[in-house]
Amino acid sequence: MFQITPRSQVYDVVVIGSGAGGGTVTKVLADLGVNVALLEAGPMIDPAKDFKEHMWPYQVPHRGIGDGGAGYFGRNPFPFGYFSTASGGWQLKGEPYTVAPGNKFEWFRSRVVGGRTNHFGRIALRFADYDFAPYSQDGLGADWPITYDELAPFYDKAESFIGVTGSKEGIRSAPDGIFQECPPPRVHEMLVQRATKKLNIPCIASRLAIITKATNGRPACHYCAQCGRGCVTASNYSSSQVQVFPAMKTGRVKLFTNAMARELVTDGSGKVTAVAYVDKATRTEKQIRCRSVVVACGACESARLLLNSKSASHPNGIANGSGHVGRNMTDSVGYSLGAHIPALDGLPRHNSDGMGGMHVYIPWWLWDAKQKEFPRGYHVEIGGGFHMPGIGSFAAECREHEGYGKGLKDAIYNRYGANVSFSGRGEQIPNEHTFCEIDPDVVDQYGIPVLRFHFQWTDHELRQARHMHETFQSILETLGGTVTKPKADFMAGEGISTGGQIIHELGTVRMGNDPSTSVLNKYCQAHEVKNLFVADAAPFVSNPDKNPTLTIIANAWRTAEYLAEEMRKGNV
Amino acid sequence: MSDTSRRELLQAIALSFTAGGWSLEAAQHVHKMAAQEKALGPYKPKAFTVHEYKTLEKLAGLIVPPDEKSPGAVASGSCEFIDLLASQNPELAAIYTGGIAWLDRTMLSRYSTDFVGAKPDQQTALLDLIAYRKNESPELGPGIHFFAWARRMVVDAYYTSPAGIQDVGYMGNTAVSKFEIPQAVIDYALKRSPV
Repeated sequence: MFQITPRSQVYDVVVIGSGAGGGTVTKVLADLGVNVALLEAGPMIDPAKDFKEHMWPYQVPHRGIGDGGAGYFGRNPFPFGYFSTASGGWQLKGEPYTVAPGNKFEWFRSRVVGGRTNHFGRIALRFADYDFAPYSQDGLGADWPITYDELAPFYDKAESFIGVTGSKEGIRSAPDGIFQECPPPRVHEMLVQRATKKLNIPCIASRLAIITKATNGRPACHYCAQCGRGCVTASNYSSSQVQVFPAMKTGRVKLFTNAMARELVTDGSGKVTAVAYVDKATRTEKQIRCRSVVVACGACESARLLLNSKSASHPNGIANGSGHVGRNMTDSVGYSLGAHIPALDGLPRHNSDGMGGMHVYIPWWLWDAKQKEFPRGYHVEIGGGFHMPGIGSFAAECREHEGYGKGLKDAIYNRYGANVSFSGRGEQIPNEHTFCEIDPDVVDQYGIPVLRFHFQWTDHELRQARHMHETFQSILETLGGTVTKPKADFMAGEGISTGGQIIHELGTVRMGNDPSTSVLNKYCQAHEVKNLFVADAAPFVSNPDKNPTLTIIANAWRTAEYLAEEMRKGNV
Repeated sequence: MSDTSRRELLQAIALSFTAGGWSLEAAQHVHKMAAQEKALGPYKPKAFTVHEYKTLEKLAGLIVPPDEKSPGAVASGSCEFIDLLASQNPELAAIYTGGIAWLDRTMLSRYSTDFVGAKPDQQTALLDLIAYRKNESPELGPGIHFFAWARRMVVDAYYTSPAGIQDVGYMGNTAVSKFEIPQAVIDYALKRSPV
């Protein structure tokens, strides 16, 4: 399938990173006849071997808690549980990052073909038209150099190609797209819809990157709810299965795994001529030559690569004349609350697995409110139903009912599937205290300088988390539940997620029309380096209350088409 | 089920997909094969003495006893699970060996017998105290703390075993071509719901 190529070969494009951005660029370029070298810092993934889809907990002696019961002691080596396909974690051995004193930040990295798309939540939301002009509305942050209408055709392409469920609703905060049919709501979701209706809050069919009809040779979802384990039938979107593997079949893509990009090498004119990387298998440094490079390592990793690419023509790191590389970083605001819903006690047993994730969700509904406690907004994800029992599934019953024997068993039976929870995901406004930079004192095991994070929420986000609590409490109480979790002191920083924890970190190589305040132009091409593009969520100017993946795919698609056209014209 | 055979099965369904047909049977076959339990021989404890293990079995049998629906925690491998993990983790082993010693000493001072040798009503009389945080006291604290560990892990092991999964009524982890909720289930919830 692949050609043996001499080291001296010059690739049209080197793409660094095989997640949502890199996978999209690779597929689009390969389909347009461009020769691509795809660098991935982790190993190959083999769904048949690596995915634990359909495994029962008793098929592994530790049942998922880890050897020695590690999870009971807060040391579970599996960040999202043993059965999740998340490859990587909050810490990677030999590849540290640091956090500035007085700051808190957590960074999730997956080193594997497909990156974090192998396990992500599959939520696929379009940004709204107003999300592209936030500064114009409230004077905070900055406007994007593109409009919704410019990106819309690429949302169409992305949704048509990867497959996204949903329903046409005509809600401005949640633009409609090209949707496949969403399966009906689960029982608790029906109740939530009735409660939210009473509270004048919309609750609509989920927009998940899961196919419910056969699409591009991929069979429809078989409703086992295990998307987080990876899908052997590729019925959900992962860049590995949906983009990288098909792109490799064109014969125009050469994949380099375990290739940790270290530096973009430039010539005297400042253009990128090669990518220097560490071949992890041999721990040797290699170079791969290119006409253009697309950086898509994940927003912070992309910033790190640019900052580490210093030369006479780029003393502050490549493309960083503005000093904005690493700046403008944001994550999503996260807060969750759940309660026992007595109406669901003893619910007759049935298979409620469905898609991996909720079948209905709450889009932001106060976007046109005259008076708001905080700028921007959040969407709400809904949890509940019967899940495959696992370690800890009935810990709450053990804790609350206590006892033993028949009484405890009856309590567990009765309460199984009777909890409903809500998770808010909201917009953080960029602030000057939140960014990443190169730590001057620390390198990883390959000798590459590592990132140091600075992260602070502001009152905007703290008020938003408090609003989430109030919303969730009112829905839970409307459902007949009683919230037992005490209300946190949100304005003191309690309750809200830790920065990075929602894994929506982005904005670190932002685009814009002004080269003094942005790194990339509106096509995600570096202002200062014509053959350097960035195609993950680093170019995002803001972090709207919609998970970033679909917009990464749409924007990367747009970037790839622009790059191919510029190459055809001989401009890069 | 070995990794190899699971892998072969998954590849078989992957192939049936690429051949153009979505094979529900193939997927269900995988689930069925995956559900086959490993046959267990007579068990020799790894972390515990025979006495400790017998005490653990007694406790597990009281936490999730056999009933008309299920063989209970002991027959479902809960004690093997705890013994295995304890054999890999001295910190966990110490919680159990210490807790079991506490149980025996307490029974000895109350009834002049160790826990396994005590009469059923003597055993449950002690559990009725240490199974609840409200009885927290300097005297009972260690027992309450230990029992919370044992209860949690026995419950975890039981409800992740085939018998426990069936007992609690989980009906998923299977391939279906259409997602539907039975009307009777919807009616049940709507009738009880305040909204």
